Amino acid sequence: MTSSRHIQPDENPAGIDLPLDPLPGHSSLGRLERVLKRGEFAVTAELNPPDSANPEDVYQRAAVFDGWVDGINAVDASGANCHMSSVGICALLTRMGYAPIMQIACRDKNRIAIQGDVLGASAMGVANILCLTGDGVQAGDQPGAKPVFDLDCMSLLETVRTMRDNGKFLSGRKLTTPPAVFLGAAVNPFAPPYDFRPMRLAKKIAAGAQFVQSQYCFDVAMFRTYMQRVRDLGLTEQCFVLAGVGPLASAKTARWIRSNVPGIHIPDAIIKRLEGAADQKTEGKRLCIDIINEVKEIPGVAGVHVMAYRQEEYVAEIVAESGVLKDRRPWKREARHDDQVVADRLDSILNDEITEQPADRVERAAN
Amino acid sequence: MAEKPASTTASGPADGTATPPSASGGVTQATIVKKTAPKSDYKPSNVSPQRRVQRSYTVRLWSVRHSRFLEWFYARFADAFLALHPLWKAIGYGRVEGPVKFVEKRVKGFMFDCRMCGQCVLSSTGMSCPMNCPKQLRNGPCGGVRANGNCEVEPDMPCVWVKAWEGSRNMRHGDAILAVQKPVDQSLRETSAWLRVTALAAAEREKARTEAA
Repeated sequence: MTSSRHIQPDENPAGIDLPLDPLPGHSSLGRLERVLKRGEFAVTAELNPPDSANPEDVYQRAAVFDGWVDGINAVDASGANCHMSSVGICALLTRMGYAPIMQIACRDKNRIAIQGDVLGASAMGVANILCLTGDGVQAGDQPGAKPVFDLDCMSLLETVRTMRDNGKFLSGRKLTTPPAVFLGAAVNPFAPPYDFRPMRLAKKIAAGAQFVQSQYCFDVAMFRTYMQRVRDLGLTEQCFVLAGVGPLASAKTARWIRSNVPGIHIPDAIIKRLEGAADQKTEGKRLCIDIINEVKEIPGVAGVHVMAYRQEEYVAEIVAESGVLKDRRPWKREARHDDQVVADRLDSILNDEITEQPADRVERAAN
Repeated sequence: MAEKPASTTASGPADGTATPPSASGGVTQATIVKKTAPKSDYKPSNVSPQRRVQRSYTVRLWSVRHSRFLEWFYARFADAFLALHPLWKAIGYGRVEGPVKFVEKRVKGFMFDCRMCGQCVLSSTGMSCPMNCPKQLRNGPCGGVRANGNCEVEPDMPCVWVKAWEGSRNMRHGDAILAVQKPVDQSLRETSAWLRVTALAAAEREKARTEAA
């Protein structure tokens, strides 16, 4: 390593490969929380979960975000369609040193399963958890499934916060090591009842949300009004708001999304603009960059969440061209606390010769 | 030899022969699943995974519109029920449970389409029962509410939470809607919320009295 190397703001002074030390007032060891709390404009993206049991699929899909995003959302069967689980994706991502934002949807798991997953995720090195209610099962390809919805997003937030801050399960049973996670939630300013939406954000903050990612924002005027009310309630001081953005592939896709995906509001002007373009895909990307440039100027917007479904390769371009990162280069690798343990174990598997007899082991365990 | 009866489920028999074909280019799997579902003369109207669709929401919506009156009425009613606590206790809460539950289920069922969760929060939700939400949300609307204010799961049903917000605005203590609700205790299903609230309030009153004495 050369001495001229640019020293990153989030780096363990004792060595670049070492995990970060906890900061006072921070609830996680992750970099997303550090970036947001330093007041830098954060960028997160969504990984399209593979319908596959091959870890390479996840690694390849994550590689396109390398060095361009502060967190990668691992979705939990979005749209009620089966994919690789968010826990599985997070296991693979943390293994490769990415910083995942694990989504938990209440549709498929009850409180017993969810609390177990939270502990497992935190143990794997997941520093960010996003709490969602989840789409209804009717939206997906298995409408006959049983909808669980044991908790809702609000009680889920409260559950994870209780685990983290009070070191207890919902039942009151103690945890030996509480999960150190940065808690997130989702907001949709573009669905009725519009005047309740800012107060719902206040409720989510009261339940434990520290950052929120919004639904796709295509109507900047509407988002601006929402943010005005959120600021009036003083919520931007208690919570980081990341605006959801994304490129539309074509006017046809936009129309399909508008009529088939619940909760996404696309104004006619957007569709007209796409229709008028010679190359709709490029125009969709251009439009996304324009929206980013508009929303980043809205006071209280702390970052963007880029959801480029099936166009993930454009994320780097969109982030670069919009210039939201300024000169910042998000980290490629986040070290875990057990990295050294894993390395030692691998080393021992490869190099140590096993000479121990069962009797020796019994003796060692007894002492 | 009788023919094997046709499967009534979307996915078909367990041997896997009727698994819908896989989607390719431009069509989603959900569309194919819908298309390959067995057809019959009987087409249930508005089938949803929850099987909860009702044709009419008239009474439920009336209750939301008259949330202020119902709030006033319930306060009186709860007081009366509490005044009868010695009677309930003399007969035994266990013995009155049957008839009270019978009445409660029918009255609240008619007024609010009550699902007997046993932990009524109508006063905090603008007199719109949150258990009618297909996701059973108790803390506000999900992000899937349609632009016309209807539910994402049941397209013909007005969103329970859009109505709850409207109802709460008419109520004296409508801001209770801003409090975060605990998750539903599923073990209290099919029990009487009236009796539970009364017994708890009586215990509270008793405690206050002994402390004052």
